[in-house]
Amino acid sequence: MPRSGRAAAAILSCLMFVVFVAIWHMATLPTAGVQTADDEYAKLLGSNAAKGQKSAFPSPKDVALKMWEHAKDPFFVRGTNDQGIGIQLAYSVGRVLFGFGLAVLVAIPVGFLIGMSPLFYRAFDPFIQVLKPISPLAWMPLALFTIKDSATSSIFVIFICSLWPMLINTAFGVSAVRREWLNVARTLEVSPLRKAFQVVLPAAAPTIMTGMRISVGIAWLVIVAAEMLVGGTGIGYFVWNEWNNLSISNILCAILLIGLVGMLLDQILAWLTQAVSYPE
Amino acid sequence: MSGFKDPYDPNVKLTAGCSCGGHSTQAQHDSADAEDPASGSDALHERVVESAVMRALFPQDELRRRFLQAVGAGTAMSAISTFFPLGTAKEAFAQTGKLEKAAVKIGFIPITCATPIIMALPMGFYARQGLNVDVVKTAGWAVIRDKTLNKEYDAAHMLSPMPLAITLGIGSNPVPYTIPAIENINGQAITLAVKHKDKRDPKQWKGFKFAVPFDYSMHNYLLRYYLAEAGLDPDKDVQIRSVPPPEMVANLRADNIDGFLAPDPVNQRAVYDGVGFIHMLTKEMWDGHPCCAFAASKEFVTTAPNTYRALVKAIVDATAYAAKPENRKQIAEAIAPANFLNQPVTVVEQVLTGNYADGLGNIMKVPNRIDFDPFPWQSFAVWIMTQMKRWGQLKGDVDYAKVAREVFLATDAVKLMKEAGMKTPTANSKKFSVMGKEFDPAKPDAYIASFAIKRT
Repeated sequence: MPRSGRAAAAILSCLMFVVFVAIWHMATLPTAGVQTADDEYAKLLGSNAAKGQKSAFPSPKDVALKMWEHAKDPFFVRGTNDQGIGIQLAYSVGRVLFGFGLAVLVAIPVGFLIGMSPLFYRAFDPFIQVLKPISPLAWMPLALFTIKDSATSSIFVIFICSLWPMLINTAFGVSAVRREWLNVARTLEVSPLRKAFQVVLPAAAPTIMTGMRISVGIAWLVIVAAEMLVGGTGIGYFVWNEWNNLSISNILCAILLIGLVGMLLDQILAWLTQAVSYPE
Repeated sequence: MSGFKDPYDPNVKLTAGCSCGGHSTQAQHDSADAEDPASGSDALHERVVESAVMRALFPQDELRRRFLQAVGAGTAMSAISTFFPLGTAKEAFAQTGKLEKAAVKIGFIPITCATPIIMALPMGFYARQGLNVDVVKTAGWAVIRDKTLNKEYDAAHMLSPMPLAITLGIGSNPVPYTIPAIENINGQAITLAVKHKDKRDPKQWKGFKFAVPFDYSMHNYLLRYYLAEAGLDPDKDVQIRSVPPPEMVANLRADNIDGFLAPDPVNQRAVYDGVGFIHMLTKEMWDGHPCCAFAASKEFVTTAPNTYRALVKAIVDATAYAAKPENRKQIAEAIAPANFLNQPVTVVEQVLTGNYADGLGNIMKVPNRIDFDPFPWQSFAVWIMTQMKRWGQLKGDVDYAKVAREVFLATDAVKLMKEAGMKTPTANSKKFSVMGKEFDPAKPDAYIASFAIKRT
């Protein structure tokens, strides 16, 4: 896109953001209710309940202030159940990377083997097709029951859900390497190992990276839900703990951060995909 | 600690009036115990053993003192150690007295029922027993059950029917479980959405959707009891769902449910947020009913008896402290922060002090809205089992008294309550009445048969 087009898009993005915040602000303006209860009774209630209303949705200003509070001190530890949002994010990212890393170690070699042999490709296909669409959270009770450890269970769930997209993409990428290139390799009597690493791998790399990019996105989606279910640590636990306190401002902060971190993970893999792609 | 004075000192009396022998009364002993966090150290163990040996050798204190004055402490010590292996005895005692495990993990659900378990951490009750306890907030009852069965937690905050259900193998594989101490009595309420302000008679509740914390909970049994007394069949006329307490207010706000019978601070939080009102406290149905319990597997009790004992002692001490109304404000401040309940202090304070807004514009003063009494009455267990049977959770014959005895460890509790300076009951069972109807723990089957609405 030309330079001027990019600038225009950026301006439009900012405009959309401003409009969104303005609408949000208007929608959450405090209603002009009067205190219906006497002072002693009102002291025992939340500010909105004292006016005979339900507690309100936070305004953009509330959320911004809360965000600033978290940004000022993201790494505090006030006990097992109360740690800074930075620490919680680090727990979640750590789990995702660990589970995702394990899945890479399994999916890429296995996908390679499946992709190299049309027989295996067809034999494995029905299993992969059945296992792929299972919601990762459906694995959770099974994992808790068999692994008997909640931390390992969440990593297992990440592993199992990042596995399939990578496996399929690797197998597909490997099987779709152009015939001519393989034939050239055969004519030159290249050893099988060299053929795998210098012909097939570079050719399949962009497809494999795309699979990894899909996987990491899914893993990040899943970890939040898994942590809400199991509790303990992580950004998912943070959301649950603040839901428990009905603190919508905190939940909105967490949602924003989950989005930003997810985008970052996706961008990193997008750059890597670009790095291994080549013009034909 | 003055109780562990040198037994070779002729001026010390060893046979005085308290358990350690150092105080003229048990009360003095206890206050010394509470002030001194150092009990349990090795040097003290040696003293205890030496004192015990000297007491055994000289049953009459007068004799020991005269003996020591005559020969001197050094001579006495060497003379005794020649014919009595003091070293071995000291070691043996240290082994039984030492904690098998100092670092302990306890799971809890963020509700005020967990008060003793939670407050024992910030207020130092665990530390006093030499325990390094980590209390871990958990998302729901099924998770807390699984994590305890998986041994991720050494002990846990459970609803008092849960250890019975686990032991009987209802809803999970049978694993022998124990309740060494109840945490709280009363402290629950029926809360309805504000729009039902005028429907105060349960007969008008047909078609309502209710939430209770768990299938195996006092909340479920009390709500069913209450509805059935009003002539509503809890399985047909209303819908009862199991919803984790922290999610109840959000559901009430979203109009997913019409009301709930829930532990606090959930009820008070619904009032605080202007979404519900407190219809009635469960204490009005059955004053002194148990709710949550401190639970541990039988395996933990047998493999780590000293750790278990120290833990229960810490909980009983904390419960005794929480039972005093004058301490409640301080406790509310200790357990309200994000690390524990994560609630506004005023909400927790209203629950604990019983000075609360009911959501209809009245300020109520009910000091025993929640109360704390660790004694695990075995008749409570029998009542719970009758309700499990009444609603079809428990099928076939059951030896009520035997299960109650094995799960509700009343004898252990008596010992520890005495040490904490609390009044203890003389029996392990008692009669009580629920909504005016008397329950006799000796006749559970007749009790079940007496209800019109039941699933048996």
